[in-house]
Amino acid sequence: MRPLATAKIAWRALRRNPMRSALTTLGIIVGVGAVIAMVGIGNGAKAQVEAQIASLGRNVILVFSGSTTASGLHTGMGSAGTLTVEDADAIGREISGVVAISPEVRIVTQIVAGNQNWATQVLGESPDYFEIRQWALAEGAPFTERDVRSANKVAVIGRTTAQQLYGGDSPIGRVVRIKNVPFVVVGLLAPKGLSVMGTDQDDVIVVPYSAAMKRVTGTTTLRSISIQAANASLLAFLPQQIAELLRQRHRIGPGRDDDFTVRTQQDIAEAATETSRVMTTLLGAIASVSLIVGGIGIMNIMLVSVTERTREIGIRMAVGAHARDILMQFLLEAIALSMAGGVIGIAVGIVTAKVLSAVANWPTLISVESIAVAFLFSAAVGIFFGFYPARKASRLDPITALRYE
Amino acid sequence: MGALIRLDKVSKTYRTGDIEVHAVCGVSLDIGAGEFVAVMGASGSGKSTLMNILGCLDRPTSGRYVLDGVEVSDLDRDQLADLRNRKLGFVFQGFHLLSRTSALENVELPLLYARGLTTAQQRERALRALDLVGLADRADHYPNQLSGGQQQRVAIARALVNEPVLLLADEPTGNLDSRTSVEIMGVFQRLNAQGITILMVTHESDIARHTTRTIVMRDGLIVADAPVRERLDAAVELRRLPPVQPVGP
Ligand SMILES: Nc1ncnc2c1ncn2[C@@H]1O[C@H](COP(=O)(O)OP(=O)(O)OP(=O)(O)O)[C@@H](O)[C@H]1O
Ligand SMILES: [Mg+2]
Repeated sequence: MRPLATAKIAWRALRRNPMRSALTTLGIIVGVGAVIAMVGIGNGAKAQVEAQIASLGRNVILVFSGSTTASGLHTGMGSAGTLTVEDADAIGREISGVVAISPEVRIVTQIVAGNQNWATQVLGESPDYFEIRQWALAEGAPFTERDVRSANKVAVIGRTTAQQLYGGDSPIGRVVRIKNVPFVVVGLLAPKGLSVMGTDQDDVIVVPYSAAMKRVTGTTTLRSISIQAANASLLAFLPQQIAELLRQRHRIGPGRDDDFTVRTQQDIAEAATETSRVMTTLLGAIASVSLIVGGIGIMNIMLVSVTERTREIGIRMAVGAHARDILMQFLLEAIALSMAGGVIGIAVGIVTAKVLSAVANWPTLISVESIAVAFLFSAAVGIFFGFYPARKASRLDPITALRYE
Repeated sequence: MGALIRLDKVSKTYRTGDIEVHAVCGVSLDIGAGEFVAVMGASGSGKSTLMNILGCLDRPTSGRYVLDGVEVSDLDRDQLADLRNRKLGFVFQGFHLLSRTSALENVELPLLYARGLTTAQQRERALRALDLVGLADRADHYPNQLSGGQQQRVAIARALVNEPVLLLADEPTGNLDSRTSVEIMGVFQRLNAQGITILMVTHESDIARHTTRTIVMRDGLIVADAPVRERLDAAVELRRLPPVQPVGP
């Protein structure tokens, strides 16, 4: 028959038992709400991680001193100094598609300005570093290629470090002592916020790598080399070329382990997002269980309803309802219950996510996809759990149904 | 003239565990269009079983049933449903109205499962059927707000709303007082006069005298089948019966 009439019949039946309909719906509301909120939390975490990955820069390849064992464990990655400035020069010279390159040394030490001192991370870099990390300056200018060649004692300072040393004053032109060596601050970096690891990226001071090596650390090897490729497609094979070049330069024979590690930004991003993806899946799965429980609630109520209304079914069949009409009627009731629960549950889930964001300061992200999926899923729950009771109803024999007490 | 109903050695056997109950044993019966038949007999003689078979609600264990030229045994579930919907009206022994559903909606029910009627047409036909049984002013009442006789009349209106060729009524006056019973007979006689064939089960010989033919069943068999002599006219009777006393404030 007439779908509209069936819908009307189903609607009337639901309205006849408002309390029961509401309680049945509640199961789905909780389920869908939980799914929406949990996936929102997971996606929020993922989006945060992705934003942090993006702050690493664009099309970045990192080469670290130290090896990676076959099992993938990093043994002192970045520690055993095996990379040299010459390696960096060679990469810049011989690998095409490299647009920026910065040899890096890094120490953590106490720095002093006037009577203020502050333990921070000192990075020795080339001017390309600011380009690679897409790190703008808030004030002043970055040091130059000439500063690197002459190992000039100039520094670009991070927001947090500047705050600690100079308070609110402009740091430009001020002197900062790194291991007692005086450097002049020429630039102030724009704030970048937290890193993937949760550390403050603005708690930093950047100097020419040559100055850091000659005047501060006295080392001749690098911790790592940051490289920027011209475009994303190069990331597929540049790491391979770089590794080959370095093996050659380091005279590493075939079958021997590298004494360096090449990582692209994607590798790092994948490792970081994998964690949040697993978390999202886990949260979603746990929440789905409650949705299934809600579905079983619908099935239970529909079975009770079919039994209770056996005589009604008999009467309908006696006056000409086809088995399909009865099936559709009960199926529609189940779907209406579950979809109403779905709609309300979506609202509840969004509100829950917003409250969690505001109160617990968790980033949450509700996507249109997750809403659509939750809604379709709730409809599917209605069809799945409503089908058995509806079929049971439709298979009743009219005369048996009429005689049912 | 071809018979509207033709039963040929129809049997219905119920099996409960090891016990077989022969509710109807080989009944052959012809009923022509326009007849008004009373089916009588002791309790358990198989009247309701026979009516259910005639109403296409139940299938005979053996035998042939031809309704209006259609061999019913050949039809599947959905075809039977359509047959009930279009050609048959059934008034059940209990009223079998949908509770918490207004009289009008109860009467509309068969139309919901009929094809090709707009909502407005459905409403109009349902109202006409209610008017026919004198209940137009109770259209919005729920069954629990109606008297037994009124409920019975709603059930009759529902059976009539699709303009059936055959009206089957299983003890339509079973639990009604004598005045209401006569009123119902009045409705049936008017419908019969309009050409609807009616088959009605009753225990009361007074009621049976409103019909044109009486069949008596015993132990699943027809033991008597005779035309009614000295037929009663419900309209005349109603005038003789004392009117209902109006209830004072
Ligand atoms: N579903 C059933 N299962 C088993 N036996 C049944 C069933 N329905 C009816 N019977 C038996 O069939 C016989 C005829 O029953 P039926 O209901 O047709 O009688 P009836 O003439 O309508 O009686 P009453 O006047 O009391 O309504 C009875 O003996 C009854 O016990
Ligand atoms: Mg009976």
